[in-house]
Amino acid sequence: MYELGGIRKVFASGTTALDGISLRVGRGEHVAFVGPSGAGKTTLFRILNLTLRPTDGTLVLDGTDVAALSDAALRGARARIGTIYQQHNLVGRLSVVHNVLAGNLARWSTLTALISLVRPRDLPGAVRALAQVGIPEKLYTRTDALSGGQQQRVAIARVLVQDPDVILADEPVSSVDPSLAVSIVSLLRDLGHESRKTLLVNLHSVELALTYFPRVVGIRDGRLFFDLAPDQVTRELLAELYEGHRDDERQLESLPDGKSTLGGACRPLPGFAK
Amino acid sequence: MARAPWAAPADRFPASPSKSLFPYLFTAVFVGAVLFSLRAAQVDPRLLFEGGAMGNVGRFLRGAFPPRLSAEFLGLMLRPALETIQISVMGMAIAVLIGVPFGLLATSTLTWRGVLHERTTPRGRWGLGFGAYAAVRAALSVFRAIPEYVWAFMFVRAVGLGPFPGVLAIGVAYGGMLGKVYSEILENVNPRPLETLHAAGASRLGVILYGLVPQALPNVIAYSLYRWECAIRASAILGFVGAGGLGQQIELSMRMFQFDEVLTLLGMLFILVAGVDFVSGRIRVRLA
Repeated sequence: MYELGGIRKVFASGTTALDGISLRVGRGEHVAFVGPSGAGKTTLFRILNLTLRPTDGTLVLDGTDVAALSDAALRGARARIGTIYQQHNLVGRLSVVHNVLAGNLARWSTLTALISLVRPRDLPGAVRALAQVGIPEKLYTRTDALSGGQQQRVAIARVLVQDPDVILADEPVSSVDPSLAVSIVSLLRDLGHESRKTLLVNLHSVELALTYFPRVVGIRDGRLFFDLAPDQVTRELLAELYEGHRDDERQLESLPDGKSTLGGACRPLPGFAK
Repeated sequence: MARAPWAAPADRFPASPSKSLFPYLFTAVFVGAVLFSLRAAQVDPRLLFEGGAMGNVGRFLRGAFPPRLSAEFLGLMLRPALETIQISVMGMAIAVLIGVPFGLLATSTLTWRGVLHERTTPRGRWGLGFGAYAAVRAALSVFRAIPEYVWAFMFVRAVGLGPFPGVLAIGVAYGGMLGKVYSEILENVNPRPLETLHAAGASRLGVILYGLVPQALPNVIAYSLYRWECAIRASAILGFVGAGGLGQQIELSMRMFQFDEVLTLLGMLFILVAGVDFVSGRIRVRLA
């Protein structure tokens, strides 16, 4: 699906966010990214969803080097990548149905998009997606009237309507409370399995990453720190990954002792290339 | 063990921000500008009380009261009052027609800058995007810089006396203001929803329809309504150069020293402006 070769990103301000990331992600694979805040994970995801251009290095998406794509071809490639952000990035003043149907924008003409704002098109699609994330009754609610967790579900429903090949979730549960976090991460994982999508998730919580993902990538200072199955991710490795980041270190203390027991339970499904 | 931030030793204060001269300079320039203008603009309150100044004011007031409220005069003035509203409404319609497309093109975050353009090819970004942006900004500046009074003067020459030149004058001058302010409103919406739509493959128009417009619409409408209020006043003034409406009647009555009529007309203008204010206020409340 993705082939990254020596991706570097230096911002105009001079800060180096990514410093030579090389990585391959197969089709249908589920990967969690962990690392201290400021490690460059969000920048990496913005490069992966083709909104940011890397300073150096190559990004190959399904055999196509995206650097060479025209603006129109880029749009087509973006349509195949669905992104879920930490903030829900929805338009609060619009009702849920329009935020969800916005997932259709890549395939709708401008006229269809305009008409749909008056009289929603593809209503069954929106209802189905909302049912999948568990809030079908919120169809006509104004989006800013929903709770944080419900808004995150709306964002996921939009990605379902978009029906991309890859789902990128950038810290999807950082702004919801811990019990909701588990249900949203497992929802993402199940949706990924059902529709056989590649799923890349940036997670603040190491525990969630080790529990729900068969491959965990650690990123520190813009570099790949490790790329392992969860049962190979040792306590020492994690301590080193988060060294110097007090708030993040603290969450390691609450990790269950020894190797993660749940991690072994979620190997890639049969038929999925690792 | 991580140390709580409040336990930090007292000798480690954050470095104080660098001292800037800007606030002092700004104050000095501001005070200087006022003092300079006071002299140059020949502000002299004594002039108000010298010679026949107060006498003339008294003459105007004595002539103005009681205002002329005969049924015949009021009936005659209904048409100009209606015309004033019509001029302002049509003027605003043209202004919005100019302001919306120009405002969109003058929005830097849409045409060439920011998160929607991180991957745009240089040709699309600097050629098409920035080129259109700069050209439209320049045009909007010209529309705004020329006062509507001067526009009306030119349009009266072009299309003759009557309401139409007034409509055109308001349309162009206010189109310039609307375009500028629309672009500022659009640049200040939350960019995150726009980035999300863009990342999902939406076209520029799709981003505008589903991200930009829903966020900006209340402010855009509120500002347009506020401008409509100003347009009522402006259309009255434009009457002075022969563009019809209440303004023209005020000018005629002034010239014939019929101050009682002037007072009536000013009262009608007041009612119009207050009415528009009331209507737009109600709409704004509904939108919030």
